[in-house]
Amino acid sequence: MDIPYTTTPREDTGLYNAKVGIWLFLASEVMLFGALFSSYILLRVGAAPGTWPHGLLNVPLGTINTLVLICSSVTVVLGWASLKMNRFDRYRIYQTITVLCALLFLCIKSFEYRDKFNHYEIIKKDGTVVDGHLIEKTKDYYIIHPLPKATKKSMESEHPAAHSGAAAANEHATATAAGEHEATGEHAGGAEHVKIMVSDIERAQNYGPWHNTYLAIYFTLTGLHALHVLGGALVILYILVPGAKMWKTDPERYTNRIEISGLFWHFVDLVWIFLFPVLYLL
Amino acid sequence: MEHSTHTHHAGAHDDHHHHEELGFWQKYIFSTDHKVIGIQYGITSLLFLLFGFSLMMVMRWQLAYPGSPIPLVGGLLEKIMGPLASGGVMSSDLYNMFGAMHGTIMVFLGIVPLAFAAFGNYVVPLQIGAPDMAFPRINMASYWVYFLGGVVMLVSFIIPGGPAQAGWTSYSPLASIIPTNGQLYWVIGMVFLITSSLLGAVNFLATIIQLRAPGMTWMRLPFFVWAQFVTGFLLLLAFPPLEAAALMQFMDKGLGTSFFLPTGLMVSGKMAAISGGGSPLLWQHLFWFLAHPEVYVLVLPAMGIVAEVITNNIRKPLWGYKALVYSVLTLGFLSFIVWAHHMYLTGMGTAISTFFQTTTIIISIPSVIILTVLFISLWGGSIRFNTQMLFCLAFLVMFGIGGLTGLPLGFSYADLFLHDTYYVIAHFHYLVAPGTIFALYAGIYYWFPKMTGRMMSDFWGKVHFWTSLIFMNLIFQPMFAQGMAGMLRRMYDGAVNYSAATAANAGVNGVLSEAIIYSNRTISMAAWMLALAQIPFIINVFWSIKNGRKAGSDNPWDSTTLEWQAPTPPPHGNFAVVPVVYRGPYEYSVPGHPRDFSPQNMPEPVSRKA
Repeated sequence: MDIPYTTTPREDTGLYNAKVGIWLFLASEVMLFGALFSSYILLRVGAAPGTWPHGLLNVPLGTINTLVLICSSVTVVLGWASLKMNRFDRYRIYQTITVLCALLFLCIKSFEYRDKFNHYEIIKKDGTVVDGHLIEKTKDYYIIHPLPKATKKSMESEHPAAHSGAAAANEHATATAAGEHEATGEHAGGAEHVKIMVSDIERAQNYGPWHNTYLAIYFTLTGLHALHVLGGALVILYILVPGAKMWKTDPERYTNRIEISGLFWHFVDLVWIFLFPVLYLL
Repeated sequence: MEHSTHTHHAGAHDDHHHHEELGFWQKYIFSTDHKVIGIQYGITSLLFLLFGFSLMMVMRWQLAYPGSPIPLVGGLLEKIMGPLASGGVMSSDLYNMFGAMHGTIMVFLGIVPLAFAAFGNYVVPLQIGAPDMAFPRINMASYWVYFLGGVVMLVSFIIPGGPAQAGWTSYSPLASIIPTNGQLYWVIGMVFLITSSLLGAVNFLATIIQLRAPGMTWMRLPFFVWAQFVTGFLLLLAFPPLEAAALMQFMDKGLGTSFFLPTGLMVSGKMAAISGGGSPLLWQHLFWFLAHPEVYVLVLPAMGIVAEVITNNIRKPLWGYKALVYSVLTLGFLSFIVWAHHMYLTGMGTAISTFFQTTTIIISIPSVIILTVLFISLWGGSIRFNTQMLFCLAFLVMFGIGGLTGLPLGFSYADLFLHDTYYVIAHFHYLVAPGTIFALYAGIYYWFPKMTGRMMSDFWGKVHFWTSLIFMNLIFQPMFAQGMAGMLRRMYDGAVNYSAATAANAGVNGVLSEAIIYSNRTISMAAWMLALAQIPFIINVFWSIKNGRKAGSDNPWDSTTLEWQAPTPPPHGNFAVVPVVYRGPYEYSVPGHPRDFSPQNMPEPVSRKA
């Protein structure tokens, strides 16, 4: 039994089956990411005035990643075009670049993620907030490298929970905290490390998705996108290496596979083109 | 699985043209044949329907006789659920769990897989003259992902703390703050089910677009194919937002994010340790953006089956085929912009409510056109009242009741009163239970001879029909009264606390009369009788596979559509020769033709050409 139009296009639609399939699949992907983008809008519009964070992400890294993905989109097309011109050798070079671009993207992305997980906001029992990168953490103390504008008085409205339990904050702890601050000289430039005893801490939390709704939607959107990048790269790699036998037996179908995976790859890039300004710039 | 094995023994011997012999596992379990997958879907989803119905039968005991030990299954429940059913009495938590899982199982594991995946898989490729689905292996994956989703949902019953209990709608924050893990299982199960529907939808749409036989133009498609086509789009585009929402609820529950959890959320009198800033309304929007089109996913395939069966049994062309097609397309489109009529009471604002009231009332127009077309088609037909036709005729009336009682719910002012009462339960059950499920029964009686080569017993079919019809109405008709009296839908004691008979309520206005409370018992009786009424059906199916009257031909109902022109049961690859289509789907009693039905692949008779 042969299913018609697996390789050759059907006359009235002008498409082969897999191409119809991938476009339908991409339509549903649009709805998936569309729902998450809509959630972003609703959460942002619904946030209390002045609480939506800005400037948490590294724009230069995001820009590099954007360029990396655009580059990979170009090489996917060139790879497909090479196959159409019967140049398997060139196709191999282009698709290798595509896969490497995907890897580079994921490396940069994981670097950004690690930065967020190392970034702590520590609310002390005396109400001061230390915000910076974690240098060392034991069960007794945290050593933080504060960000330039990091140490600030916590706003009552922002952390209503932070103070409820600490009404009778023990004198000893407050005294230690004060001593610590003198010792480190208030670190106005942020150059020096701060050591904070666990006993002084009301709440310590890194900038993971649990920190606020912006980071929650940031991690969800970029995480889902990164999974798509990973999946797409694996498929392209599979077609490139173990699946390449098909080029000998059924070149037309093989070329179609490149086209299909390429369409998916363009979609993944396109999502990033929206993600970058929405999450990094706006 | 037992069933599919039997079914295909009959066919295995006469498919000579198909050479490669597949082993048992590839043929019946990990099959890529759309017909086997259709039957797998059918059996699994029928079992889930039975299971979901059983949950409700247990709940009906608690409603009728609150606080008394459940007979027959009480001990078993205590063994499985532990303290949730101590002494065989249903606890309020267990009631909530069964309620949530009844809805989830009926909708996502029962009706959708049966209506869309089972019938669609079996019938659509045959009706369009295709050898199989466009992507057979994706088709198989779709079934097994569905199966896994079902397993996850079932496993959640035996984990400590029991399954999800926040209703089938799983509204956050409630769903996120319940301390047990049932909700996590629910969300993971849903992700599997959504993925399965996605794979299925892509496959169906690609198949209908690409694999239509030569001559099978769009306006020659049987209406069932059109209905599945629109359903496919609904699944394709409406399900992903729920997948996104499920992902977010998973993160709220598992990772401590606050997508749906507002600032200042108090749990058990304490401030929740969350960042806050989330929006409970967001969940409701995302959920209903799926769940309203979902209603049409439940209904459209049923309408498709009804159109097939009715035209086959009136022996004349369907009246208004084009009106039907354009109505179903309109319905599909409009179903995406009515979702917030489920949310009038959320305080989303009168302007938004007005918009959704307007679209909700507009969507009733194509629905009415579809029913009207089917009603008018009956006019002047010489109707054969076989079992499937009775089910379809009942569908028209029952669906009509369900639809008309929905109108008051579409207006926000009336909905203020009726929202979350038994009126709503009665309304949507009229659409889905004596509506869709009746149509699905009709489909089973109608296509059974094609699947097995044997007929189901018409007598026992009619017994099944009349008893089901009576008990369905005895169940749901009193619920309208209960709802209009103000009885809320999620009360685990059957609203006894609001009864006029309670001493504490003496002299209080607005309490429920004894008749309203008492009808809980009659409803429950009817529900249990409905279960008994299904026994003839179950026996009929299994008995007829081996012992039913032989169908005699490939086309025992004298039908015009292509599935009846294929061998019985169709072998792997379906048609010996690719069929060529010469005419529309419902050419019955065409003057000058040799018989009262002209199959779609029958060329124009020579005499007429001359």
